[in-house]
Amino acid sequence: MTTRADTEVGVAFGVGESAPRPDGIPKVTGHFAYASDLHAQDMLWGATRRAPHAHATITSVDVGPAVAMPGVHAVLTYDDLPAERFQGQIVTDQPVLADGTIRYWGEVVAIVAADDPTTARAAADAIEVEYEYLDPLTDVDEALAAGEVLREAVAYRGVRDVHGAVVVEATYETATQDQAPLGNEAGIAIPDGAGGIDVYGPTQWTHVDHEQIVACLGLRPEEVRVHPTGLGGAFGAREDLSLQTHLCLLALQSGRPVRMVFGRAESFAAHVKRHAARMYYRHEADLDGNLVRVEAKLLLDGGAYSMTSPAVVANAVGFAVGPYRCPNVFIDGYALRTNNPPAGAMRGFGAVQTGFAVESQMDRLAEELGMDPLELRLLNAIGPGDVLATTGQVITEPLPTREVIESVRAMPLPEDSISSDVRDLPGGTGLTTPSSVVVRGVGYAVGFKNLAFSEGFDDFAEARLTLTPVGIDIHTAAIEVGQGMVTVLEQIARTVTGVESVRVVFDHTSQIGSAGSTSASRQTQMTGGAVMRAAEQLRTEILEHYGAEALSNDGVWRNGELVVSLVEACLEREFSAHVRHRHQETDEPDENGQGNLHVDFAVSAHRAVVDVDPVLGLVKVVKIDTAQDVGFALNPMSVIGQIEGGTMQGIGLAIMEELVIDHGVVRNASFTDYLLPTFLDAPPVEAVLIEQPSSWGPFGAKGFAELPTISSTPAVVAALRAATGKALTRVPVRPEDIAF
Amino acid sequence: MEIVRPDSVAGVLDALASHPDALVLAGGTDTMVLVNAGALRPEYVISLRHVEDLKAWNARFIGAGVTYARLEESEIAALAELSRTVGSPQIRAAGTLGGNLGTASPAGDALPFLAAVDATIELVSKHGSRTMPWDEFLIGPKQNALEPAEIILGAHLPDDMPWRTAFAKIGVRQAMVISIASVCVTRNEAGETTVALGAVGPTVLRARRAEMMVSAEKDPDEAALDEFQRLVSEESRPITDHRSTAEYRRMAVGVLARRALERCLV
Amino acid sequence: MNVRLIVNGRTINVEVTTPLSLLQVLREELGLLGTKDACEQGECGSCSILLNGDLVCSCLVMAADADDLEVTTVEGIGTDGNLHPLQRAFVEHGAVQCGFCTPGFIVAGVHLLDQNPVPTSGEIREALSGNLCRCTGYGGIERAIQSLVEGT
Repeated sequence: MTTRADTEVGVAFGVGESAPRPDGIPKVTGHFAYASDLHAQDMLWGATRRAPHAHATITSVDVGPAVAMPGVHAVLTYDDLPAERFQGQIVTDQPVLADGTIRYWGEVVAIVAADDPTTARAAADAIEVEYEYLDPLTDVDEALAAGEVLREAVAYRGVRDVHGAVVVEATYETATQDQAPLGNEAGIAIPDGAGGIDVYGPTQWTHVDHEQIVACLGLRPEEVRVHPTGLGGAFGAREDLSLQTHLCLLALQSGRPVRMVFGRAESFAAHVKRHAARMYYRHEADLDGNLVRVEAKLLLDGGAYSMTSPAVVANAVGFAVGPYRCPNVFIDGYALRTNNPPAGAMRGFGAVQTGFAVESQMDRLAEELGMDPLELRLLNAIGPGDVLATTGQVITEPLPTREVIESVRAMPLPEDSISSDVRDLPGGTGLTTPSSVVVRGVGYAVGFKNLAFSEGFDDFAEARLTLTPVGIDIHTAAIEVGQGMVTVLEQIARTVTGVESVRVVFDHTSQIGSAGSTSASRQTQMTGGAVMRAAEQLRTEILEHYGAEALSNDGVWRNGELVVSLVEACLEREFSAHVRHRHQETDEPDENGQGNLHVDFAVSAHRAVVDVDPVLGLVKVVKIDTAQDVGFALNPMSVIGQIEGGTMQGIGLAIMEELVIDHGVVRNASFTDYLLPTFLDAPPVEAVLIEQPSSWGPFGAKGFAELPTISSTPAVVAALRAATGKALTRVPVRPEDIAF
Repeated sequence: MEIVRPDSVAGVLDALASHPDALVLAGGTDTMVLVNAGALRPEYVISLRHVEDLKAWNARFIGAGVTYARLEESEIAALAELSRTVGSPQIRAAGTLGGNLGTASPAGDALPFLAAVDATIELVSKHGSRTMPWDEFLIGPKQNALEPAEIILGAHLPDDMPWRTAFAKIGVRQAMVISIASVCVTRNEAGETTVALGAVGPTVLRARRAEMMVSAEKDPDEAALDEFQRLVSEESRPITDHRSTAEYRRMAVGVLARRALERCLV
Repeated sequence: MNVRLIVNGRTINVEVTTPLSLLQVLREELGLLGTKDACEQGECGSCSILLNGDLVCSCLVMAADADDLEVTTVEGIGTDGNLHPLQRAFVEHGAVQCGFCTPGFIVAGVHLLDQNPVPTSGEIREALSGNLCRCTGYGGIERAIQSLVEGT
């Protein structure tokens, strides 16, 4: 045992260090338990029966053949639902099971539980369902004309009839992107024998799932416990319920644990997508390049049900002008109800779509003005003290828009020479493209987004820290989706308390209050903030109790002497601190979309270097440079990982990722045809971290992990435009968009 | 379910004779996709894993059981090139030439090569063997001339393999991608040229008019290459699907063919 | 029918009555949950194993057809207390986020380094191009492997 507290040196693996993930070793050895790895004694297997049409009336359902199969224990349809028949985290408009009308491809008509997966599948298939096919509504303009509006959000500021001398106008489109987390939906529900239930499923926010499940089961809140599980990625796909309610219904019906594990094809049907968007833009500037007026109409395809569309469209509107000053702004945003698959959250949450459009507009405007595109952005860049063009709110926190642009511009460009390794040429080992035809392009873009929840939402996170004989336990309901929150929570607790031996305990919904969603780039600041405050309280409580001045793994220290060990302290009494942490209140928007709607913002800039085969339209992203506003890098390795991973998802949207939807039916629901970037598609990424501390994030940290996805897509497309001279107003850019 | 794993072609044929509906399983890279999806539920499986005869490979013959991982080492340029683009390293370790023939997808990466060199396909059954030209074997999208109780022994290559060969394939990412257009071009010392096209028709196609035109050119100039490209595009019969458009495929296959030919001219 | 598998050096007999993939048998019958199921089509590499030394997707191997073959899964590469150097490198270099692809990458990466102890960047990226990662953008994975290459 050491005899002196090492307080000067500080605790190992505290904030600012690239501390290793606590779940790293179980993940590299294969021992980490994901949702799809969960089993229970005596469990049944669940399966779903999904509709093959995007729009239809169910004319008859006969579950008889399924019920009659040996080994089948439960078969449920809409008529069997015991309580609330609709779910949804903002608007409860999605039937738990199809209510007689099919509104999207893959909607669940019936669910079954059986002894084994083969029987469950066979039983689900044996249900006889007859449909009367209806024309699907799949176009957003048509949906708007038909009044199928899930939410209209606006930003009106300034004077409508003020105009600029230079005008650029264009229509942009983004296709449907799938989060495609590697782990498919899976879960298990286990009846507790007393009428209640424990459910484990893919989630980003157990408490919001809990509210919906409780209502649909007709149970008391304490009778339903929603547990976190190991997640194979999320990226927004787990913000809405997928199979949890179904698992609970089957488990309660059969009285046995029920497990479901989806395959990839069903996964594509089971979770929300990134909204496809059509965006009509008009930018006006004076001859010096100052933005005078921006007008836009944003049509986001919300699909069949609301999901998080009301919040996504608000975000699309909020960031529709980018991080630029503009006195006259008229944005109309609509989330539209169609018969396409429901859209919801995906990394960037509305700001990706408008980010692509507005950055494309800025390049177009620069060209019209004969200005350097970065100079145009610098001229209009907002920072602290400026007014956000869309909401009218004053930026009060650090916002290094100029710095990210200048930093990325200052980074060295890669050598001009085209690679001699075929793997790094457009077309790769397909040997499509001799280096002699390759054209290089360089493009820049800026990303901009809010942090945490906006529009007056009561955004809070709870954390409870307890002293244990071996260290400190951090109790939270916050979900680790792989991003590394678990590591930074530990680092925060270590640095605050001085105790190195800390661990995160992921509690279920009855054990602790909500931590809010793992989304909106919020957990570092929200749950991180809660952990920081709880750690401070815990430390103070222990030190005051012993009249001491320091803590460590060994115990409590006074004047350099160990007073008690942690074991002794725990025997003496319980030390714990429970905090509910909120950020500063935000406003609900007024009728013009004005107010302090957002608590904070982050910016990023990307530079993409691409090599293009202009004849075949094939693309290789050669290099990505980026500067990111991170406040303070609590864990630099983790920050880099988020930047590289987020950038790759943005590259995916730029050049290959598209869910092909034909009359509402998904045509590429597989990894054979929904193309994710491979290792050979991945360019080297260099990142500069801009650290201007936030006033409210722990140690000055900001959320940032959505930003790399926002600015990478338009940067790649800008580079493609530079290489090809094509307008490229739609992502993903397909080979034919360049070739023709 | 029952599985047998014979170690000879004769053993396979015996099993097949007694179980005409058996699933013949080679590398599994297509078959198991169907099994996993529940689209195929065989009761009787004949595994080719231990049939050494099918793994035979020499300058004149490629056994149906030769994997793409092995073919990547081929001295025939196009064969090595195409093999490197098949799926992923994992797929190439398992997938076989016979699989491409059995599945008979127009996008099968090896098929343009077999077509371009005028390979013949040997099939065997209890009644003996028969050998047929590639274009009598590949008769439609995912359709071939294999009879029940027959298996694919392999592909025979001509004695006078062309002097130069080149393969090229377009997919929308740098690896692990299904072809949206592919070509194999061969050219011998006399200038005789063949060009076969993948994923731009119901089966792999030969662009015969383009071949004839460019074979007559001892040293094709730009105008000849332009015409070759144009003819290849014209002779393709692509469709629009979720992977690409007919218009793009038609254009791209001409460009690919021209570039592959240029590699053969160097 | 009885299938005899030699899994991570141990001989295991398992009864197989359907055309199940080796992946399903490893996971559901043998409880070797480290091998992950993410696409069932050989298009993601999450279920990578070594089969008689070859790197393959276990979802594309019929379990009954693996009789008498040697199977190495991630569990056979290292243990929590005795990590393979590549496993340690993955943790140290930020190659792991959600971790769902990680076992497949470990198996494929170990196979690569066995075949080619000093791969170039291009060789690393091509050898691992059958393994999809949605979280990391591959940067951390390449650095983890490079750290072992530079160490030789």
